[in-house]
Amino acid sequence: MTDTAPQAAAAAPTAPAASVTMPIAKALNSALREAMRADEKVLLMGEDIGPLGGVFRITEGLHAEFGGDRVLDTPLAESGIIGTAIGLAMRGYRPVIEIQFDGFVYPGFDQIVSQLAKMTARHRGAVRMPVVIRIPYGGHIGAVEHHQESPEAYFAHTAGLRVVSPSTANDAHWMLRQAIESDDPVIFLEPKAKYWTKGEVLPAPAPGLEGVGGMHRAVVAQPGTDVTLIGHGAMVHVLLQAAQIAEREGTSCEVIDLRSLSPIDWEPLVDSARRTGRVVVAQEAPGHVSVGSEVAATIAERAFYSLEAPVLRVSGFDAPFPAAQLEDIYLPDADRVLDAVDRAMAY
Amino acid sequence: MTPPAVTGTAAATEPIRLLDAEGRLVESDANAPWHELAAQLSTDDRLAMHGEMLRTRRFDIEAGHLQRQGKLGLWVPSIGQEGAQVGAVWAAREQDTLFPSYREHLIALHRGATMDQIIDIFRGAKHGGGWNPLETQGMRIYSLVIATHALHATGYAMGIRLDGTSGTGDASTDEAVMAFYGDGAASQGDASEGLVFAASYESPIVFFVQNNKWAISVPSTRQSRFPLHQRARGFGLDAAWIDGNDPLASFAVTRRMLDAARQGAPGYIEADTYRMGAHTTSDDPTRYRTSDEEESWRRRDPIARLAAHLREQGVAEAVLAEQDQEATELAGDLRRRTLEAATAISDDIFDHVYSDPHPLTTEQKRQLAEFEASFGGDA
Repeated sequence: MTDTAPQAAAAAPTAPAASVTMPIAKALNSALREAMRADEKVLLMGEDIGPLGGVFRITEGLHAEFGGDRVLDTPLAESGIIGTAIGLAMRGYRPVIEIQFDGFVYPGFDQIVSQLAKMTARHRGAVRMPVVIRIPYGGHIGAVEHHQESPEAYFAHTAGLRVVSPSTANDAHWMLRQAIESDDPVIFLEPKAKYWTKGEVLPAPAPGLEGVGGMHRAVVAQPGTDVTLIGHGAMVHVLLQAAQIAEREGTSCEVIDLRSLSPIDWEPLVDSARRTGRVVVAQEAPGHVSVGSEVAATIAERAFYSLEAPVLRVSGFDAPFPAAQLEDIYLPDADRVLDAVDRAMAY
Repeated sequence: MTPPAVTGTAAATEPIRLLDAEGRLVESDANAPWHELAAQLSTDDRLAMHGEMLRTRRFDIEAGHLQRQGKLGLWVPSIGQEGAQVGAVWAAREQDTLFPSYREHLIALHRGATMDQIIDIFRGAKHGGGWNPLETQGMRIYSLVIATHALHATGYAMGIRLDGTSGTGDASTDEAVMAFYGDGAASQGDASEGLVFAASYESPIVFFVQNNKWAISVPSTRQSRFPLHQRARGFGLDAAWIDGNDPLASFAVTRRMLDAARQGAPGYIEADTYRMGAHTTSDDPTRYRTSDEEESWRRRDPIARLAAHLREQGVAEAVLAEQDQEATELAGDLRRRTLEAATAISDDIFDHVYSDPHPLTTEQKRQLAEFEASFGGDA
């Protein structure tokens, strides 16, 4: 299904019969459309997501198809959006929120970590919180401050939230469908620098990745034997590039796409670490107390006797995201990943 | 349909008051329509309201004692605010959903939450009260981060509107929502955002603000140099100012504003009341307010006011005494149950963090059970 698919509502929306190549942005758009066709309780909330289609056009065409009662162009207030979404979820709706940019999620922080995340526990399970918060995140778009951040650690640290981040068009589509099906709140981090990167969207989730739990599986994006490279979102593309360069230099890298940051699917990570004995984990986010820290610690705990080198972390620096002219220095690139690969191999 | 403004556009100089501090009816042309609404309450209704206020007062006093004796970690008294609350909850219709802060004991009890469930929060057994809103006639659980629930209530009201279960013109079935918070909460961004969203989506909601004059130690004048009900008008809500220690005014105005809200005109009520006790048992009001001030409000006690009104209406002293006796006995029963109540179990830490299983909590629950079992029953 593409953005220009006919709008005649089929009785039950179906995925395309064959795989279709499309950019991540369109894969997200079609996931939203299909979810809204499948369940009238699914509604979208956010700033400028109506006739404009969102600043990244992810909701393009949805206001026209579903109207203003299901695609809510909200007042400009993130706490208000998330707080009212909680009330709508209590009423039986399944709100999917678009936060315009990563750095704008913080005005809604309390509503996410103290309210949304804890609401099911505070009701001892009597109330469910099927709320998805989509956040375009990360750098590489040359934007002004507060527009290029990677806030995942705050949310992965918070019990009650699920946190996922796709790196491909297929994952963007199917993981978003799964996130909307989840009865728990999901922080859905979209690698905005890759919105226009194309990929195949399959007619169904790949085997082993079906159902609500499918979004929480880590996958081997590329097999290898010498060093395990672990990352999520846009970083997966950097890792694949680094692996390609390393291959030419005689080092075989296995690339693992985390996909889920809470929970983390440890088995493929630990399994790979046991095989390669060397692990590099990379992320755009600052490294201190980060998802990468957790990955490094847990692999050290579970694969200790297999490791030939300490798990090395490659991260954004522990400084505010810099002005755009400096972002390529701040963000880990293939060279910084390869430097870590070399250091791992030198042990 | 746009209902008429409750108090007109001019700023009110006096709160709406139907019963004065001595329990006498305040008759005036302006009050006539309110008295007409209050007439929906029979003498028996008013007596029942008085009984609820007394029970809540005794409950509050008993809970304070339990805290002082180390049985509760904390207690949050509502003493002095029973009049505002009883009028509001009697005004709400049975299909209405109520979002409390954490001091709405009378409202929670009225809707079927139990004293024990409220006590559970403060003896450290459960968060939020542990009652299920589906079993308490739409009474939601307590909310402790100030004003956050104003947004939940607004979102819920937006959902009612989307569902089409308000706005039909039939007040007996159209749904509405009430959000309860205080003068301190009014300063929170979430309180303002709630007003923005409620007005923007013409949501069926009334914000009931108990201005009890003190946000712990900070006076309401620091929260606003301007009456809160006037602030609400700037957000596009119809607003009213009531004597919050007058149960009849609270009932009449809330009923009118809720029925307007059902038709798409969200409202705001500022109830002028007083927190006669401490903020919580951890508080010491002698540090920040005078005994003269407290004494002046004791003379306006909402329970004494309604009792005086009931006597005026011919209710016998013995009937009132019987209510008092009954309330005292209920509090005594609660004390016995609280002393015997079970302690929370460690599974509670993990069991409802997620709706669907989550590997981390599942694993940690298993690890804790294993750890506890490793002591072989000697723990």
